[in-house]
Amino acid sequence: MNPSGERPILEARGLTRRFGGLVAVNDFSFSVHEGAIHGLIGPNGAGKTTTFNVISGFYAPTAGQVLFRGLDVSGRKTSALAAMGLVRTFQGSTLFQEFSVLDNVRVGRHLGARAGFVSRLIGTDRLSEREADAKALETLAFFGLQELAGEPVSNLPHGHQRMLGMAVALAAEPRVLLLDEPFTGMNPEETRRMMALVRRIRDRGVTIMLVEHDMQAVMNLCDIITVMNFGALLVEGAPETVRNDPAVIEAYLGSIDGAGHAS
Amino acid sequence: MPTAGPAGSIRRAVWRLRLVFLFAILAALPYLLSYSQQEIAVLLVINVLLVCSYRLLTLTGEWSLGHVVIMGVGAYASALLAKQFGVPVPLSMLLGGCMAAAIAALLSFPLFRMKGFYFLIGSFAAGEIIRLIWKRFTDPFGGPKGLKRIDPFPNIETGFLSIDFYEPVNYYFLSLVIVSASLFVLYRVERSRIGLTFHAIHWQDRLAESVGVDTFRYRTLAFVIASFFAGIAGGLYAHYVGAVNPTRFSVDQMVYVLVWAVVGGTTTLHGPILGVVVLTVINEIVLRALGLDTARPLIYGAILILSVLYLPNGLESLGPRLRARWRLWRSGPAAGGGELA
Repeated sequence: MNPSGERPILEARGLTRRFGGLVAVNDFSFSVHEGAIHGLIGPNGAGKTTTFNVISGFYAPTAGQVLFRGLDVSGRKTSALAAMGLVRTFQGSTLFQEFSVLDNVRVGRHLGARAGFVSRLIGTDRLSEREADAKALETLAFFGLQELAGEPVSNLPHGHQRMLGMAVALAAEPRVLLLDEPFTGMNPEETRRMMALVRRIRDRGVTIMLVEHDMQAVMNLCDIITVMNFGALLVEGAPETVRNDPAVIEAYLGSIDGAGHAS
Repeated sequence: MPTAGPAGSIRRAVWRLRLVFLFAILAALPYLLSYSQQEIAVLLVINVLLVCSYRLLTLTGEWSLGHVVIMGVGAYASALLAKQFGVPVPLSMLLGGCMAAAIAALLSFPLFRMKGFYFLIGSFAAGEIIRLIWKRFTDPFGGPKGLKRIDPFPNIETGFLSIDFYEPVNYYFLSLVIVSASLFVLYRVERSRIGLTFHAIHWQDRLAESVGVDTFRYRTLAFVIASFFAGIAGGLYAHYVGAVNPTRFSVDQMVYVLVWAVVGGTTTLHGPILGVVVLTVINEIVLRALGLDTARPLIYGAILILSVLYLPNGLESLGPRLRARWRLWRSGPAAGGGELA
C-alpha cells in the first residue's frame, strides 16, 4: 500500500484496550507513513477515539505496542510524546477559553521556550520569550488569525476556535499531528477551508492522522484510510478502494438504519 | 495575565507610584496603632504571606486543606533548628521554608494522583498525619503542648544602630520586608511563563499536557513554591510568638485562610490581601469594640455566605465594579455638556 519501503513514522501493533469487560480496541494494527494524510474512520463506537487516546498517551494500552519513530512509546506520558513530536488536537473547541488568542498559542510554544526557574524570575528569559511570541504570531498568521491575537477566545466564532485549536497544536512543532474530528460542526465552506489548511500543514512536513465522520472530507483529503469496526481493523486502503469495499458499506449501511453516513 | 502593549509603560509608572504610596502608609501605620494593635499588625503581615502563597497553588486549580499545616512545618523546623542545633534564626527560617517545600515535594507523589475534591480531602488527610506526628512524638516536637521558649529573632546591635525585635514595631518592619520580598517573587512567578502554564493547567489540563506541559511537574512546582513561602510565614510566626503547638495549625485555622481567599477573591494578587486585611480589621477592631470577638467563627461564616451570594468574585471585583458604576453615573448627566465644559 505504501510505495516507499521505509519504516512508518507511527505504528500500532496488536493494540488492545479494555475497560473492565468492554474491549474498546481489539488487536488493532496500522502504520502511518511520513508525509501522509491518514484517515481513521468507522461507525460510531468502533473505537476510534479510544485508539487516539491510547496513541496520544492518555490511556496505556492493555496489550500491544505503539511505535513512534521506531521507538516503543506505549504508555508514555502525553507530554513526553509531545516532546518527541507527537501532538494531538481535541474534539470541539477545547481551548484555554479564558486566555487571549495569542496566549493560547504561547502555551502551545511550551516546549520551544525553555528557560530555568531563576531566569524566569529575574526576566533573563526575555529573549526566548520574544522568540516564542514571534513563533506564536507566525503560527496565527498561517491560520489567518493574526488580527485576532488580542481577542479573548470566547469571542471567536466556532470555526475560528477550531482553527485556533490546530494552531495551538502546530505551535508545538509536531512531526505527527493527530486531528480528532477536525470538521465536525462545520458548514461546507468552512470544511473546504479547513481541508486546504490540513493539506498546507502536511506540505510543511507534518504527517497527519485524523479521525473524522465527514465522509466527503475524508475521501477527498486522505491518501490512505483505515476503517475500524468493533475495535478491530476492517479494511485499509486508498479512498477509492475503501469507498467501494463491500465490508465497509455493510459496516455503515448494514446496520439497522445507518443511512446517510457513507456517500 | 501578562499584558504587553503601548499603554504598558504608563500603567507601570502609575503602579510604581501607587506602590510608593502604599509603602509610605505601611511605614507610618505602626505609629498610629496601640501596642496590642501593633502585635495584631505583625500577625496580619504574616497572614498576608500565608494567604498569598496559598493563592499560588490555587492558580493550578487545586485547593488544599493542608496549607496551614505546611506553615506549621516551617514553624516547627525553624524552631527546632534554632533550639536543638543552635542554627542562627534568620538562617533557620530559610531552612524552615526549605523543609516545608521538601515535605510538599514528597506529598506531591500521592496527592497529585488526585484532582479537585479528592485532592482537597487528600491534602486534609496528609495535614492531619503531620499534626498527629507532632502530637505523638514528644521528643522532639513537644507533643500536644508543642514547643515553647523558641529563640527570638536576634537583636541587631552595632555602634549606633540597635534594633530589638521583641518590640512589635520592629518585628512588624522585619516581617514587612520579608513578606514584601516574598510577594515580589510570587508576583514574578505568576507573570512569567510559569504562571501562564499554571493557568493553562487550571483551565484545560489535557490540552496543556498535549502540547508538552508535564502537568504533574508543574502542579508539584506550584505546591512546592507555595509551601516554601508558607514555611517562611511559619518561621516568622514561631520566632515572634515564641511558642507553637499542633492546635495552632489545625483545620480551623485553615478555614480562616479559605475565608480570606474566597472573600478577597483569587483572580488577582491583591484579592487575598484585601480579604485578610478587611476581615482582620473587622475582627480585631469592629468586633472587639462591640465585644463580639468570641463570636468570630459565627461572623466569619456569615461574611463568607454573604460574599459568596453577593460578591462571588470577591472584594477584588468591588473596585472595578464601583468604577464602572461611577463612570456610568458620571456619563449620564454629563453626556450633554461634557464636551463643552
